[in-house]
Amino acid sequence: MAEHVGNVDTATAWGGGVSPFRVTYGKMMMWFFLVSDALTFGGFLVALGFAKASADSWPVAEEVFFHFPMTHANLPLIYVALMTFILIVSSVTMVLAVEAGHRMDQKGVQKWLGWTVVGGAIFLLSQAWEWGTFIAGPDGILSTWADNATLTNNPYNIANPDDLRYTNFFFFVTGFHGFHVFTGVVINLLVFLQVRKGVYQARGHYEMVEKVGLYWHFVDLVWVFVFTFFYLV
Amino acid sequence: MENRDDLIVNDSYASMVNHSEEEGKAIRKKVWFVTILLSVITTVEVAMGIILSNKDASYWDFVKWSFIILTVVKAFYIVMEFMHLGHENKTLRRLIIIPYVFFIIYMIFLIIMEGFKVGAGYN
Repeated sequence: MAEHVGNVDTATAWGGGVSPFRVTYGKMMMWFFLVSDALTFGGFLVALGFAKASADSWPVAEEVFFHFPMTHANLPLIYVALMTFILIVSSVTMVLAVEAGHRMDQKGVQKWLGWTVVGGAIFLLSQAWEWGTFIAGPDGILSTWADNATLTNNPYNIANPDDLRYTNFFFFVTGFHGFHVFTGVVINLLVFLQVRKGVYQARGHYEMVEKVGLYWHFVDLVWVFVFTFFYLV
Repeated sequence: MENRDDLIVNDSYASMVNHSEEEGKAIRKKVWFVTILLSVITTVEVAMGIILSNKDASYWDFVKWSFIILTVVKAFYIVMEFMHLGHENKTLRRLIIIPYVFFIIYMIFLIIMEGFKVGAGYN
């Protein structure tokens, strides 16, 4: 194994047994997966751009997303900003978990990864509330299904109610992202349990935390773009 | 068998990244810097979104481009620092970033242009 650590010597490089990128197979494959997943999300957001560019009217985010739990005040974008902040913070705790892993600090990894799981769960609950509020529509009543926002009804686009793309893109883009968050929380939880059992301590490195960390940061990265292109621009 | 990189027994690359307590301190300092930067940028974006009206065409294009540039700055810090790509092997970094950026810019250009044309045709 020792020969992998040294510099790649051009005379022997063709003999195999060395990674051209000096990373493990697992980490490289995680990066390749993230590139393909980023293209999927890129496709979604570019399609959203097409819809916005070709629509003759598009609802203004500040006039749709102004609700906040337990208050009737008009607080445009504040709740979405809070969700963004929660996801950024859970990304930070993930970096700290990876950093603790590099020092073989089992207790540290456990603590920070635990907080990451909590942050992800809070984000998911926030999104559930956001969806409920969005579906209820401008009248704010969820039980009247006929005037709720659905895939077949768009009460937000008053000028052109037949254009359903606004609600469809909301459900598809935030739904696809939310499903990634859900997957991430489940995977983080599984790795957290492995950390507690001391699996990685015995292995001598915490690369698994690093790999799920890459995925988790990617989920945060996607949300940064969704936030800009769905809510701001 | 022992030369395969996909087997967990060959974890020499994974152990290479382990670091000392002092190095950890420097890394954590950088992490807090990036955290504050991302939070400040998000706050600025939200404030701009609330205060500035998107119905005022005289400056809305400028605001829009500011949002996009600020988002790219945020993405840069997340990928380079949080995802650690800035500290990986140069070949790996280029392999990931160059094709993606090339494809996505090409796709954005084509499809947004098409969107404006289609919109003009409809209305």
